[in-house]
Amino acid sequence: MTILVYLIPIALTLGLAGLVAFFWAMRNEQFDDLDGAAHRVLRDDEDEL
Amino acid sequence: MISAHFITVEADDSHSLNVLVDGMHCPSCVAVIEGALKKNAAITIARLNLSTKRLRIVWNGAVGLGDDWIALINAMGYRAMPFDPATAETAEKKDEKFLLRCLAVAGFASGNLMLFSVPLWSSDMAEMGNATRTLFHWVQAMIAIPAAVYCGIPFYRSAWKALRGFKTNMDVPISVAVILATLMSLFETITRGTHSYFDSVVMLLFFLLIGRYLEARARGRARSAAHDLLQMMTGFSTVLRTDGTRETIPLSEITEGMTLLVAAGEKIGADGVVLLGSSDIDTSLITGETMPCAVSVGAALFAGTINIAAPITMRVTKAGERSLLSEIITLMESAEQAQAKYVTIADKISGWYTPAVHALAAATFAGWMIWGHTEWQVALLYAATVLIITCPCALGLAVPVVQVLASGKLMRSGILLKSGSALERLATITHAVFDKTGTLTLGKPELLHKGTYAAVDFQLAASLAAQSKHPLSQAICAAYVGPLLPLVVHEVQGCGLETEGVKLGKRSWATNLPDDGENIMELWLAVDGKAPARFTFADQLRADATAIITRLQAAGITTLLLSGDREEITRETAINTGLNQYEGALSPVQKTEKIAALKASGAQVLMVGDGLNDAPSLASATISMSPASAMDITQNAADIVFQGDKLQPVLTAWATAKFSQTLVKQNFALAILYNVIAIPLAVAGMVTPLIAAIAMSSSSLLVIGNAMRLNAMKEAK
Repeated sequence: MTILVYLIPIALTLGLAGLVAFFWAMRNEQFDDLDGAAHRVLRDDEDEL
Repeated sequence: MISAHFITVEADDSHSLNVLVDGMHCPSCVAVIEGALKKNAAITIARLNLSTKRLRIVWNGAVGLGDDWIALINAMGYRAMPFDPATAETAEKKDEKFLLRCLAVAGFASGNLMLFSVPLWSSDMAEMGNATRTLFHWVQAMIAIPAAVYCGIPFYRSAWKALRGFKTNMDVPISVAVILATLMSLFETITRGTHSYFDSVVMLLFFLLIGRYLEARARGRARSAAHDLLQMMTGFSTVLRTDGTRETIPLSEITEGMTLLVAAGEKIGADGVVLLGSSDIDTSLITGETMPCAVSVGAALFAGTINIAAPITMRVTKAGERSLLSEIITLMESAEQAQAKYVTIADKISGWYTPAVHALAAATFAGWMIWGHTEWQVALLYAATVLIITCPCALGLAVPVVQVLASGKLMRSGILLKSGSALERLATITHAVFDKTGTLTLGKPELLHKGTYAAVDFQLAASLAAQSKHPLSQAICAAYVGPLLPLVVHEVQGCGLETEGVKLGKRSWATNLPDDGENIMELWLAVDGKAPARFTFADQLRADATAIITRLQAAGITTLLLSGDREEITRETAINTGLNQYEGALSPVQKTEKIAALKASGAQVLMVGDGLNDAPSLASATISMSPASAMDITQNAADIVFQGDKLQPVLTAWATAKFSQTLVKQNFALAILYNVIAIPLAVAGMVTPLIAAIAMSSSSLLVIGNAMRLNAMKEAK
């Protein structure tokens, strides 16, 4: 059962990484305009032409 | 100059400005606005948020360019208003973000706790061993305790607020159960006991937070109403001083007796009277009527309306706080506060549920101590399990899950629910009040008798009309199919359009015919040497208006028409649609008073309206609906917004609300039935963590499953 000593911290670290990533996304306003982003992707970028 | 107050200087010496854009109808408007701004080399960032309608512009160069950007957006037909982002970030918005953060933490914690709970449940002492079990309990404690402390904050806060006011709400039993269960599990862990309830605690918080967050999000959208309306009051106006100099001052500095110069296309900054000039005023903001009204010397003007035709000079009679627009805002705010006092069915139930559950837990403790002769720790453990098992998980989900499913279903048929308790309130209505223009009608004049006009006249009229923005001109163009003649057209303010030998406009201007007193929208086409031709228009009723009103009446709902329009037009519409009662020529204040009077007599009122003049009545009604064609502000004031050219959504929403309420009541019954089974087990001390988890999940699933029946509901006809 000593494997638990490694597995428990690994499992928790992975979960925490997900949580931190979510908070990062929230702070960076990734969820502020969900409708806009969905349509933005369909648009051609004119100035690149 | 206008936007100087709102411009901030960025670190790299560029300037930034935040603008609220009103009048966007589709996602491609974002592309149009951003595209137009980005064509300008000075602009480095132009990003428009479709959800909040807020645009951020960053540019290199002079501060004064800010005005150019706003003028550019206005010229495209949108209304741009600079605003201060610091005041826009409201406390409610912060609360919503905090709930989302709590939800994320609870999700993370409950997922990881399950990792340890499953082995604990599925093995007995012999298999796992005391040491491993205690280790697992400790790891669970390390995850669950911080999570319970943090994620419980929204519940603790609300419970504390209720208790301090000597009241109780659903959050009181939740908070007590969470705190007790956590402490008891910690006690079990320290004493190397067999049972810990950490997973139940966090799972409970996770389920409840989902409901809480969805509710907050719906409410947040409704809240910005008054805020956006206030933005209408920001801006600047040109003042003519007594010594003949002119000066631009903020609207807030306008005082009574000042003389203002209002250019064509400018917003009128205060209530007043016309001193010089004549023009057309777009009063849609105040009255909700589509037709611009002509004003000349001595006519009254209202703040927030727009001068669309020619420059005028006006004297201010009421400034700032006393203007009609401010009055509407005040009315709306006070009505919204009154609305917040609505007691939801969940709160009503928690009123007796909380004392009952806590009394039961106390009785369990006392019973085991006195008759069971157990140690106080064991008695306390049983009392705490009673609290955990009765923890209103199914009860807490009973309402939100139905609301979320119902709003999803309604959204697919183009109906947007903006307030959490909207369905609950809609199901109780006894009266339905309708506005006329834009609500029962489409709000756009349409050409009548299309086939009867001579082809030559029709083509000529359409060619003239094509060069005007007047609603009647646009109605002619919309009805005409075919090639247009190239004409040089001159627009005569308040009269009509003119080209060589041809006039299209008002009867008194285009022809010599006497006014026959008929109340109908018309245009006359006069060609030199020929008899004038008449074009008539009407604001068409929504196709199914009569049918829907008949259906509502059949369901026992009294229908009323309250309009700001003239008495005779209101009467005609009421007769055509079969409405029970009607009243015309009402001011926004009178409309609100009518609704308040109805409510005072015990009626539950549904208000359907679209103009800004309806906004206070919408806010003061029990429940309100507004078509998506309404002004943004009115939509914000309404609880429900519907799309399309039909009135069917009113019936659909009402039928869905009725069915949802049935489901909510069934859900409460299910949750109580679950308690009836689970409580005796808990009182008898027979509940283990596994039973608690199964009971909690299964009752929640049952409630969710019952709510799913909403999807099978048929469309109301």
